Amino acid sequence: MLSYLLRRLGLAVIVLFGLLVATFFMIHLVPGDPVRIVLAGRANPATIARIRHELALDQPLWDQFTIYLSHTFQGDLGTSFTLDAPVGEIVSQRVGPSIALIGYGMLLSLLIGVPLAIVAALRPNGWLDNAIRVGTTLTFAMPSFWLGLMLALIFGLELRWFPVSGYSGGIGGILRTLTLPALALGLALAAVVMRTLRSSLLEVLRSEYVEAARSRGLSELRVVGKHALRNSFMNTLTILSVNVGFLIGGTVVLEQVFQIPGMGSLLVEAVEKRDYQLVQALALLAGAAVVLASLAADIVQALLDPRVRLGVR
Amino acid sequence: MSAVDALGQQPPPLVGAAERRRRIGGFRALSLQAKIGAGILAVLFLAGVLAPLIAPYGQNQLDFTSVLQPPSLTHLMGTDAAGRDVFSRTLYALRLDLTIVVLVTYVPLPIGVLIGAVAGYYGGLLDGILARITDTMIAFPFIVLVIAVISIVGPGVKGVLIGVPIVAWALYARLARSEMLVLREQPFMLATTALGYSKRRAILRHAVPNLMRSSLIYSTLDMVVNLLLLAGLAYLGLGAQPPNAELGSIIADGQTTLLTAWWVATLPGLVVVLFGVGAGLLGDGLSDGRLRARVQ
Repeated sequence: MLSYLLRRLGLAVIVLFGLLVATFFMIHLVPGDPVRIVLAGRANPATIARIRHELALDQPLWDQFTIYLSHTFQGDLGTSFTLDAPVGEIVSQRVGPSIALIGYGMLLSLLIGVPLAIVAALRPNGWLDNAIRVGTTLTFAMPSFWLGLMLALIFGLELRWFPVSGYSGGIGGILRTLTLPALALGLALAAVVMRTLRSSLLEVLRSEYVEAARSRGLSELRVVGKHALRNSFMNTLTILSVNVGFLIGGTVVLEQVFQIPGMGSLLVEAVEKRDYQLVQALALLAGAAVVLASLAADIVQALLDPRVRLGVR
Repeated sequence: MSAVDALGQQPPPLVGAAERRRRIGGFRALSLQAKIGAGILAVLFLAGVLAPLIAPYGQNQLDFTSVLQPPSLTHLMGTDAAGRDVFSRTLYALRLDLTIVVLVTYVPLPIGVLIGAVAGYYGGLLDGILARITDTMIAFPFIVLVIAVISIVGPGVKGVLIGVPIVAWALYARLARSEMLVLREQPFMLATTALGYSKRRAILRHAVPNLMRSSLIYSTLDMVVNLLLLAGLAYLGLGAQPPNAELGSIIADGQTTLLTAWWVATLPGLVVVLFGVGAGLLGDGLSDGRLRARVQ
């Protein structure tokens, strides 16, 4: 168990380091000098040179990289030069709504996807199964922001059940302001949850213990919904963790649709103002969130399933 | 344990030449599902290619005498707040979006397959390094990376054309690598060694053609993901800049008049959905559902 955890942790550290390298070179190797672009026509060459020096952009690439590394390891994500504040401080003010949106979206995707998968697996290739598959093909193909707009049009502007923009905290506030964006996010993921869970259920249903449960005379709903589902839990967990990146990407656009002051809208603001240090830090955090989510999922899986930690699959 | 495995994706079983010819033996050998999908895609691609010929109005032709007209025979998708014909704008946007989608999907594909094939064939340290690199690439929320590139090169299609290929090869490399592990133990691959063929010949002439199949099937899904990404970026105002329209920017324009003129935002979105359904049907039909799960 310990050796599995250490190995898994080691991999996560390597990938995190890779992320650091990637975010650094992404910004520094793409053609164009960020300072010159930001200050184009607004500053004289002397000012540009001073700012380049402050940002260490006049140093050799390798030195810049070691400076970046040592700052990041000390928890210093840099300073936003348009908001004039440390990135860490800005992020802590904006992270709440995004986490709430992602969590709510995940919850909705499970509440929608799991029952649909069970119903579909009860009668594979039956009319209900086919209808569900057509439905998930549709939601998979929808741009989440467009789906968000359609939900806002129907449930916000026409029926007036929910507000179409803004954010307020607390359970009541989240239910009121985040239900529509979370639904837009959750429906796309529910399609993935449903499809993967359905095929994993169908696979489990061919195993002998399911046969045994059936021969004991248990109802098909009980066999699928209880005995088979329990064994498919791991797959669902993995689907969710693999799709954290997708959820983060979805919030970037959905926060813009519903005017939610989260990390996604922060990223868009940063790009519009060409605040590349803030963009770099946000890209790093987004990547790190994905790596940590998959690490957490693997650890939970190892704790629950001895086959994983012993390497038998 | 890789995410691709976790999503229940397995490489399709390897088949002999005759069976392969039957499977890829032209349009008639496809399942009905794949035919419908291919038909939908063909119509959309044709519409994009022929946009300048079939669009009834110019994409930026203003007409302040007919603003926010509902869909009718003169304006199939209605008009927007500036009196522009939404149908014509959608056709031009489709033309631009599909061009970008094809580029960012099919340029990285052969590169990824080749890298994956080499890594899978040799194994060892090279393979380990590649696996870490693909893990890193796939960990990145795609849109965040592309937005980061855009923050440097500026809004426009350039950011997408640089940003997407940086990451997109990794998925194909991972797919090709996992298949290569199975493939290299196959008798015909062992025979290339026995016959004294060079490794280069074994990989390029004998392995890669076999590896292309599942990557090409996966690419139908990848096109949908890329189109959704493009639409999202254009919606945020980071895509093609005016006067050029993208599907996402037409939808964004329509957001302000959503309640009075639902068609401006709704109908171009349905075109995106149609493309996704067509590509999904084609991909599913080609793979018998083996590669359906989504990798993001």
